[in-house]
Amino acid sequence: MTQSHRIDGGQIDRSRSLKFEWNGKKMAGHPGDTLASALIANGVQLVGRSFKYHRPRGIFSAGSEEPNALVQLRKGAAQEPNTRATTVELFEGLAATSQNHRGSLEWDLMAANDLLARFLSAGFYYKTFMWPKAFWEKLYEPVIRASAGLGNLSGQADPDSYDHGYLHCDLLIIGAGPAGLAAALAAGRSGARVILADEDFVMGGRLNAETHEVDGQPGADWAAAAIAELSAMDNVRLMTRTTVYGSYDHGIYGALERVTDHLADAAGKPRQVLWRLYTQRALLTAGATERSIGFGNNDRPGIMLAGAVRAYVNRFGAAPGRRVAVFTNNEDGLRTAEDLKAKGIEVAAVVDARKGEYVLNTVGRRGLKSITLSTGPTIPIDCLAVSGGWSPNVHLTCHHRGRPVWRDDIAGFVPGEGLPPGMTVAGAANGAMTLAAALNKAHEAGASLASALGAKGNAGDAPTGSDENFDATPFWYVADSKPRAWVDLQNDVTSKDVKQSHQEGFRAVEHLKRYTTLGMATDQGKTSNILGLAIMAEASGKTIPETGTTIFRPPYNPVAVGAFAGRARGKEFRPTRLTPSHHWAKENGADFVETGMWLRAQWFKRSGEKGWRDSVDREAAAVRKSVGICDVTTLGKIDIQGRDAAEFLNRIYSNPFLKLPVGKVRYGLMLREDGVAYDDGTTARLTETHFVMTTTTANAVTVFRNMEFARQCLWPDLDVHLISTTDGWAQFAVAGPNSRALLQKVVDDLDLSNDAFPFMACTECTVFGGTPARLFRISFSGELAYEVAVPARYGDAMMRGLMAAGEEFDAVPYGTEALGVLRIEKGHAAGNELNGQTSAQNLGLGGMVSQKKDAIGTKLSTRPEMNRDDDLRLVGFRPKDKSILLTAGAHFLNPGDPEDMAHDQGWMTSVAYSPELGHSVGLGYLKQGSERMGETVRAYSPVRNQDILVEVCSVHHIDPEGVRQRG
Amino acid sequence: MIIPHPLLGPRDAAEFVYKGDASLINRPDGMTASDDEMHDYAYLRDNPAGEHRELWYHEQGDRSWLVVTRNTMTHDITYVELARDVARASGRSR
Repeated sequence: MTQSHRIDGGQIDRSRSLKFEWNGKKMAGHPGDTLASALIANGVQLVGRSFKYHRPRGIFSAGSEEPNALVQLRKGAAQEPNTRATTVELFEGLAATSQNHRGSLEWDLMAANDLLARFLSAGFYYKTFMWPKAFWEKLYEPVIRASAGLGNLSGQADPDSYDHGYLHCDLLIIGAGPAGLAAALAAGRSGARVILADEDFVMGGRLNAETHEVDGQPGADWAAAAIAELSAMDNVRLMTRTTVYGSYDHGIYGALERVTDHLADAAGKPRQVLWRLYTQRALLTAGATERSIGFGNNDRPGIMLAGAVRAYVNRFGAAPGRRVAVFTNNEDGLRTAEDLKAKGIEVAAVVDARKGEYVLNTVGRRGLKSITLSTGPTIPIDCLAVSGGWSPNVHLTCHHRGRPVWRDDIAGFVPGEGLPPGMTVAGAANGAMTLAAALNKAHEAGASLASALGAKGNAGDAPTGSDENFDATPFWYVADSKPRAWVDLQNDVTSKDVKQSHQEGFRAVEHLKRYTTLGMATDQGKTSNILGLAIMAEASGKTIPETGTTIFRPPYNPVAVGAFAGRARGKEFRPTRLTPSHHWAKENGADFVETGMWLRAQWFKRSGEKGWRDSVDREAAAVRKSVGICDVTTLGKIDIQGRDAAEFLNRIYSNPFLKLPVGKVRYGLMLREDGVAYDDGTTARLTETHFVMTTTTANAVTVFRNMEFARQCLWPDLDVHLISTTDGWAQFAVAGPNSRALLQKVVDDLDLSNDAFPFMACTECTVFGGTPARLFRISFSGELAYEVAVPARYGDAMMRGLMAAGEEFDAVPYGTEALGVLRIEKGHAAGNELNGQTSAQNLGLGGMVSQKKDAIGTKLSTRPEMNRDDDLRLVGFRPKDKSILLTAGAHFLNPGDPEDMAHDQGWMTSVAYSPELGHSVGLGYLKQGSERMGETVRAYSPVRNQDILVEVCSVHHIDPEGVRQRG
Repeated sequence: MIIPHPLLGPRDAAEFVYKGDASLINRPDGMTASDDEMHDYAYLRDNPAGEHRELWYHEQGDRSWLVVTRNTMTHDITYVELARDVARASGRSR
């Protein structure tokens, strides 16, 4: 297809041709084109179907405010719906398709909706789908779901990468139109550190689209010279393709840079970068957006904003039509006719609303054919340029709830009170609607902001531009027009819908938006909000400022979720922590499980083992029979030192710690301030003033945080210092009857006999001939057991050394599953039992909580409700039929009781198959459990479809007297 | 948000963990407090629209607990103190 509508001039590189595909049709454009300008150059008018009525639609604007030309870009996994053809830079091989139609774009099967329009007016959802009720799930919802939305997602994972970036500057200038460039020149010359950001791929804004002159040269040339001067300044950073989408607290701005969206191949670079900009001051020079006029059938392909027509003709060398008419209420619109004539395009009519002439109706289903005027004639044309005036782009000024104020002289809202602190607004965004005024004000703002920021250089002179007449005579819609007049093209909201909203009582602007969907979706009503507001104002007999204004939230333009996620996707969502023995474990067949950020070995598979149970049963049995080794580095470790360390611990733990002797370890139970059990672990006293605490893996971070809170905020003058050493020490459990014999080979000159180093002893020592270590005689398994810690850098060597030393005892490594089996057999509580709802009393540890001191949580743990005799107690369970495996989560019922919550007796928290006992064992909370030893209850699990009888027993399934661990 | 740390200067709020009302510093003595006093301390917080003194923890930094005076309507931060100094000033030594 030839570029039938390509005309002379413009900022495109005609020396190169770019091939692209539109709905499968091959076309060509040039570097410098957008997809929209290339489509126009190729004579394409129809580009999509409207949201509700599936009306044929064309390109409406030349910027990010585009409501109509939403297309699907690229293919396969990279497919992206709802991209605006007006901002997509053309590249070689670009493939785009239209969206929101069934069948072809030309013959959309859903177009029947347009014939049903009178049933689909504002609020039809709320009225139509109310009855019969049964129809909702089966009929209405599936149909609505199938019809809703615009483009389609690929359904595949996004293959592109996104990044986050951080930048600091003195002054952020948002928008690089004439005002932004003038301000950047002033501030840059003064020496301030400036970032100038613009969403377009070429800076200059309207200067590229108009035929204005600045400093005596064509505007586009002046802009190019300004960009060249700014590029040469070390203190200025120019960011094209960068949308500043939000203003956040304390001078932080969010910006999205489209780094490789304009390239066929990203070549390994991120597709987009989400920038966080830290600014001292910000200057908003975002310009203004043109708005439309409401008249009959004003949505046909070929009807376009007048400013967009000028942009296509002047900047892109593409003619939106061969015979064009202009419908305007201002001087600015009239310039369109002059620019078109200068390009040799026929101007069939100029309809000036200020003279009482209007366009009443239009004809042309898939492309404009003619317009009918209020003065009578019907004029055949293929493009109509419409200008209803310009609205300052105040969006970012509203992000801190600033409310724009109405200015009659420009018939638009300008920034009012409540700007984000540090923000200044200049140029058209601030209501300086002529080029001369915008340049002047922006230069002044740039210079004074730079000077306020301490820059001392010479800002130079303000550029001079033509001071054209800006005559804003409000004219919103043609009241005499009979056919529907569109207000919001993207959401198919007509002037009738706005009036209906008023009639039905939805008169506040926020209600208007929700009831009619005016101003929703990707364009957020950039071209339509004011028009809707004006019609509502008229219907209410009020002025526009009396009617109100919608304010804007971030983002200014849509930002892909992928950009917010950045690199934090999949495995990179959070850090992965590896234990010191990870590589050893990997070499030895470990299967890993995520516990928080950690990867822990859950079992070590040996050849011949068919399933995980084979490995776990073997490991657990080997510990009880001889000795096993488990990496327990993931437990939180906190080093506590100071003269008041013991006193501090005594206030943190619910049980006493003041008199813990040096060289001893004690189990400690922490409560939350509300008295609920929070965390447990062991704390060793290495010297009079030095303690080492372990926490659970899960609570390592928060326990440390809460202890710092207690240290700094509750007892600021206790002499105690804390440091987390979780990563500093590699720690291994060595458990089983042969653990002493194994460790005796490992430690240097230390008597490990029961007399010299009894249960709950601890010491600092050395291992393997001088490596510093800490040894604790503690047991999670119930066997004779130790934990030995070495500095983390020796962790891998320690694991290998322990395994080598253990060879003669058939030592096995064991993972988290066997660890779980051993602790359930022994009846030790873990995360399943400490679930944030249970008290010390529930755990059977009520007696531990000392009433003689004020520790965190003590006071509220004494509340009667937490100490009822009939309350839950942690007890053990075994199946009556030993061949059955117990189910965690099963609820207990007295035999014969109905299965309902009123008869609930508690629940099973943890279960495991005990290789030692040869049957399944469980732990759980049972009402008055401690008094029901030997009783039989039902363990009922409708989720797992299990209903069995279990016997209540001691939590200590093995060695209830604790002989083994003390041996 | 940016929190002006009294020791480290302006730091991004992302480095901090938020706890809440700074009245959490005023923990009653569990041995002498009434049930009601302890209940109020554990459960009741003011939720002002406007100036609010609140606790922030510089977890990704120097681990200071700070008392930040922040306007909940505007996010203006008008004053930042080390929580330890606040605790001492309110008589929490020893």
